[in-house]
Parts: sequence; structure tokens; C-alpha cells
Amino acid sequence: MFIVKYRKIFFTLSAITIALSFYAMVVKGFNASIDFAGGSIMEVSYEKRPDGDTLKASLDKAGFEGAHIQMAGESEVMLKTKALSETDRQALVAALSLDGTLKMEEKRLNSIGPTVGKELRNNAWKAIVLVILGIVLFVAYAFRKVSEPISSWKYGAITTVTLLHDIIVPAGVFVWMGKEVDTLFVVALLSIMGVSVHDTIVVFDRIRENLKNRVSNDFATTVGMSLRQTFTRSINTSLTVMLVLATLFFFGPASTKDFSLILWIGIAIGTYSSVFIASPLLVVLEKRQSR
Amino acid sequence: MWKTRIGALLLLVIGAGIGYFIYASEPALHSGKTVYGQGFAEKFPFKLGLDLSGGVQLVYQADVSSIKPEEVKDAMASLRDVVERRINLFGVSEPVVQIEEKGGITGPVEERLIVELPGITDVKKAVEMIGQTPKLEFMKERSTAELEKYNKAIEKFKADQAAGKPLNIPAELLAGPYQPTELNGRFLERAVLEFDQTTRAPIISLVFNEHGSELFAKLTKENIGKPIAIFLDRELGNSEPISAPVVREAITGGKAQITGKFTTIEARTLVGRLNSGALPVDKLELVSTQTISAPLGAKALNAGIWAGVWGLLIVAGFLIVWYRLPGFVATIALLIYVVLMLTLFKFFHITLTAAGIAGFILSMGMAVDANILIFERTKEELRKGHGVHDAIIEGFARAWTSIRDSNISSIITAVILFWFGTSLIKGFALTFGLGVVISMFSAITLSRAFLFALPVKGHGTFVRFLFGSGFLRIR
Repeated sequence: MFIVKYRKIFFTLSAITIALSFYAMVVKGFNASIDFAGGSIMEVSYEKRPDGDTLKASLDKAGFEGAHIQMAGESEVMLKTKALSETDRQALVAALSLDGTLKMEEKRLNSIGPTVGKELRNNAWKAIVLVILGIVLFVAYAFRKVSEPISSWKYGAITTVTLLHDIIVPAGVFVWMGKEVDTLFVVALLSIMGVSVHDTIVVFDRIRENLKNRVSNDFATTVGMSLRQTFTRSINTSLTVMLVLATLFFFGPASTKDFSLILWIGIAIGTYSSVFIASPLLVVLEKRQSR
Repeated sequence: MWKTRIGALLLLVIGAGIGYFIYASEPALHSGKTVYGQGFAEKFPFKLGLDLSGGVQLVYQADVSSIKPEEVKDAMASLRDVVERRINLFGVSEPVVQIEEKGGITGPVEERLIVELPGITDVKKAVEMIGQTPKLEFMKERSTAELEKYNKAIEKFKADQAAGKPLNIPAELLAGPYQPTELNGRFLERAVLEFDQTTRAPIISLVFNEHGSELFAKLTKENIGKPIAIFLDRELGNSEPISAPVVREAITGGKAQITGKFTTIEARTLVGRLNSGALPVDKLELVSTQTISAPLGAKALNAGIWAGVWGLLIVAGFLIVWYRLPGFVATIALLIYVVLMLTLFKFFHITLTAAGIAGFILSMGMAVDANILIFERTKEELRKGHGVHDAIIEGFARAWTSIRDSNISSIITAVILFWFGTSLIKGFALTFGLGVVISMFSAITLSRAFLFALPVKGHGTFVRFLFGSGFLRIR
């Protein structure tokens, strides 16, 4: 199988993308949304929208310096600022309507206090660590009867490497695009992990079966064969999932657009890694062991 | 053979029945016309999250630092009751008031109160109503002269009303027959429900704290033979006293009893209200607010539905074009899967959010995976020269371990997400996790039952075409 044979090319490719992703994270940094940093977003719609400078002047006067104003659509304005108390909110509404002189409707407000933000951030990290741990333990358990030629915990270890690969790259792409990192972003990463492992397990399961049936004495050949047998399935499954995600992106609610985009990227990467990275890595481990 | 066919037919009929239930339960689907069973089906509407229905979510942090740890739970429960009562005054349909405990392992326990008001966009009024401390007031009768004025005003008002004259409400009438005293809920230690030894009639006992006892003694001494009216949340518009017992003698022990003509249930409610009138927590601080206007929510809901419809159509198209007959069977199974999920959402009142819909749509894509695994496996067995029937049996048997193991990992993810999540994540985790479990069921039972019931046998070219896939021919 060419994938096993030319594995070095794929390893290099992945190493480069991961390095680029890290570079993006270090240089551009995570753009934390209000979910994690605390703060508020308000979306209002005007009958007659004032221009940006007028709004800014009015906001500055009311004490909302540094508020981020963004025009949206024909009559809407999106505003980002600090977390709001009820008094703040009323002051902000007054400032936005230029003290009630403009007709305006408050369409959406999301205000998150700093303690809640910190708590969400902690929870996100805990969830990521727990999911990785849970999956590794499960894979090691599921493959516990496979010990020849390489032991079951190595399947688990490789799954982890693939997992990290699958979340680092989409995260890097997202950071590079300057997208905001919010709760749904973390949920997307966790779902990518679920789907990526799903893929990897299908390939590993085939290897497990082929080893049991002793289809070949050579481990690399066995892996290659398993890959060929599961290839169509990997592509077709990812294709269907990516198709539904595309409909979610194009037709779905605005609030889940970024979510479907990152899932889409992640599933593409996850399929790639389960075929081109995970299984060839098994061969590498086996070769190193038999030497 | 006939047994499998009857079984498959039965599953189809059940699937169609569930589909019809969904159809009948949503008036928008049959454009308002009355259909059979509508009355029953409509008892199970979808429960929409605030981001789809529009409304306000307020998260409060309660300061409980002065309350003994073992009493915090009770204090929070009574706080919830107070807030719930206030919201009911507001007239919201299906409000949610929940207590949430945070931390405890990594830091001090934080007590939160989450209030969700669907359909409400007046945040200002909502915050004002909830944020105010519940107020219990003891009032005494006005002076004789003032009372006379009040009674005259009432008589005049009644006479005017009877004569059909234009009504105007004088200030005396507005002020009511009672006047404020110093005594209020802050001085009440607790209220207890008791029963009269002989008549078994309910009695409400009030216990004041030290200062409260003094005030109460003074008040009763000055008002023997007159009523003392007890008001709750008078400023919010509860203009009738919850009770106005007449003082028989001066009470010095800091304890009072309210006897009146109320039922046990009324008395119990009153005790609850009196206890909640006494401050349940030190302070209530608003830590996060979320409002979404109703049109914005409706837009998101609409978009979610269309994304689901398109997703379903595209997946069905792909399955039929690539996998032909088995693909068609899988499409039927997928349709049953979709209506089954929708029914579960309805029956278990699962709150649907935008993220939840995304999880459901994603699970639709994943649901197909099990079918693809089985079909690919079946095709391999066909290549090896097995007959169609044997190939399908082998295909199912061999794909099973893959399906099981790969889905367990998805379930692990969903469970952890549900555990850690805020309501937003929980919505996603629930629909996604439920979807994975149900889809596993639909792939291995429904697709299987339908495939075996098909009247195909042997090795003919046409049969092989039907069970082939993609653009390759199986020789």
C-alpha cells in the first residue's frame, strides 16, 4: 500500500501543518470571546442608523470607551464592550439611541461576568483533558486482546497522537482566520475528537481482524491491506458528514456557522490522519520494536 | 422468510405511525387543517430554548456568606420560591427558575440562580422585579379621622359607580385604610404552621427576633381591638393584606398567632410566603444576562429546520446514487431515525437550541456511517463470491465490532460534554449522544430487517448491480 510505503511524506506534511498551527497560535494568539474573557455583545437594529463616529462619540461620553462597534446588514450595529450590570445596560441603550432621539430595537444581548468566564474556561480545559483520557483508556481496553506484534496500549497512544493532530490543526486554522474562540469552538474540538477516533477505530478494528486471521506474516502488509479495505468507507462516511455540515453552514442558524466550519475542517483533517498518519505510525512502532 | 417480511412490514408501519404523529403534532406541517389525532399529538410540542424562542436569561449569584452551611440549601430553595412567585406576577408562560451550585472541589461553593423568561424582552422590568428584596410589612389602622375620610371616600366611590358617574379615585382611597409601622420582615425570625388542639384549625405562629419582639409588643399594646394588617410585596401591586388579624391583647413574648378562616393549604402557603418574606440570602447579584428578540430566534429556528431538511435530502441522494438498493433501504431507516428522534425530543421535553439542532444534524451524518460500514463489508463478501443473502449476513456480523467500538468513543465524548457543559453545550451533547445511540439501533435493526425482507436471491447480474456500489462493477 502506497500510504504505508510513502509514510515519511505524510509525516512531514503533518509536521509542517502542526508547526504552522503552533506558529499561528503564538503569533496571532487566541481571540477569546466573551464566553471566556467576560464582557458583553449587544446587537441593535435602527430605523435610521447613525454613522460610526456619532455612535463612538456618544458611547465615549457615556463611559463606554474602547467599545468595539461593528456595522452589520443595513440597519444593524453590533457592539462589544465590558460586562454590563442592569444600570450599565440602560446607560448603553441610552447612549446607542443618542439619548432616545433615535428609534432602536435591542435584538440580542449577551453579557457574561468575569467569574463566569473564568469558570467556563476552566471547564473547557477539564472537558478536553477528560475526553482525551476517556478515549485513550477506551481504545486501550477495546484492543486489549491484541498484543502481537505490538501491545494494545500503543494503539491507545497512537490514537492520542492522532487526536492532538486533529484538534491542533483546525484550531490553528481558526486562529489564523482570526475567528473567535468561544464555548462552541471547544465543543467543536471535542466533537472532532469523537469523530476522529471513530475513524481511527474502524481502521484499527480491521487491522485487529486481519491480524487474527493471519492474512500476512508482514505487519506492514497487513496494515496496508486493512487500509485499502477501509478506504472507501472512510471517504464515504466523511463525505456524508461533511455534506450535512455544509448544509448546516450554508442554511443553518448564524450562531452555528463557525461551529460547522471548524467541524468541517476538523473532520477532513481527522479522516486524513486516521488513514495517512495513525496506521503508518503503527508500522513505525512495530519496525522499531522488532529491530 | 415470511416471518422476516412480516417483521419488516411491522417496523415500517410503526415508523410510518411515528412519522404521522410528528405530522399531526405540528400544525405548520398540515397548514392549519385539522387532521386525525391532532388533539392528542399537540399535547407534545417541541420545547424551544431561549435562543430559538426569544426571551431573557438572567444568572444571579447569591451571597450566602452569613448563612450557616447546613442551611444554605433551604435558603436557596426559599429564594427560588420567592423569585418564582415574582415571575408569576409578571405573567410569563413556562418560566424556568433553577438553583445551580458551582465549584466546591476547586474553590468555595457558589450558589447561582438561573431565571429564564421565554418571550420576555423587557429586561429592565424583569430585573427590577426579581432583584428587589421580598418585603413583608406590618401595618396598623389609620387614625379615626383619617379612617372616617377613607370610609366616606369608599361610599362616594360606590355611589358614583352605581349612578354611572365618571369615576375618580381620591388620594385617601389610594392610600388605603392602613398606615406603615416600623415592623417588617427583617425582624421576623420565622413563621410556623400549627394546629389548634381542639378544633384542628390551622394557626400560623410568628416568631420575632429581639428587636422585632419589642416593636411588636409596642404595636400590639397601642392597637388593642384593632386590626394589624400584614402585607407582602405591597409595592409590587399586592394591595390586599395577606392577613389582617384583630389584636386581642398586648403581646410581649415576641410570638404572635394568626388565626383566620383559611384552609390548611392556604395556611401552609402563607407560612411559606412569610418565611420567604424574611430575607433568604444576603445579596443577589446579576452576573450574566442574555436576551434574544423573538424574531431573531424565529429566524434561527427556521434556518435550523431548513439545514436539517437539506442535510437529509443530500444524504439520501448520496446513499441512493452510490449504494443503490441498500442505499434506498438505508434512506428509509434514516427517515425512521429522524422521526424517532423528533418524537423523543417531544416526549422527554428535551430543550432544543441552535447547538442542539447542530448536534442532531451532525448525528444524521454519523447515523449513515454504520450503514456504509455494513454495505462496504457486504460488497467485499459479494466479491469473494458469496450469494447476496450470505453476503448481507456476513456484512452485518463483521461490521458490528467497528460500529460498536467507534460509537462508544462518540458516546464518551457526549457524556463528558453533558457533564461539564453549560446549558448551551448540554443541548448539543444531549441531541448528539442520543442521536449516536438511536442511530446505532436504527442501522443494526431497521436496515437489517428491511434488507433481509427484500425478494432478492442468487448471483444474477441485476441483483449484483442492485447491491453494487459506486461506479465499479462487481465481477
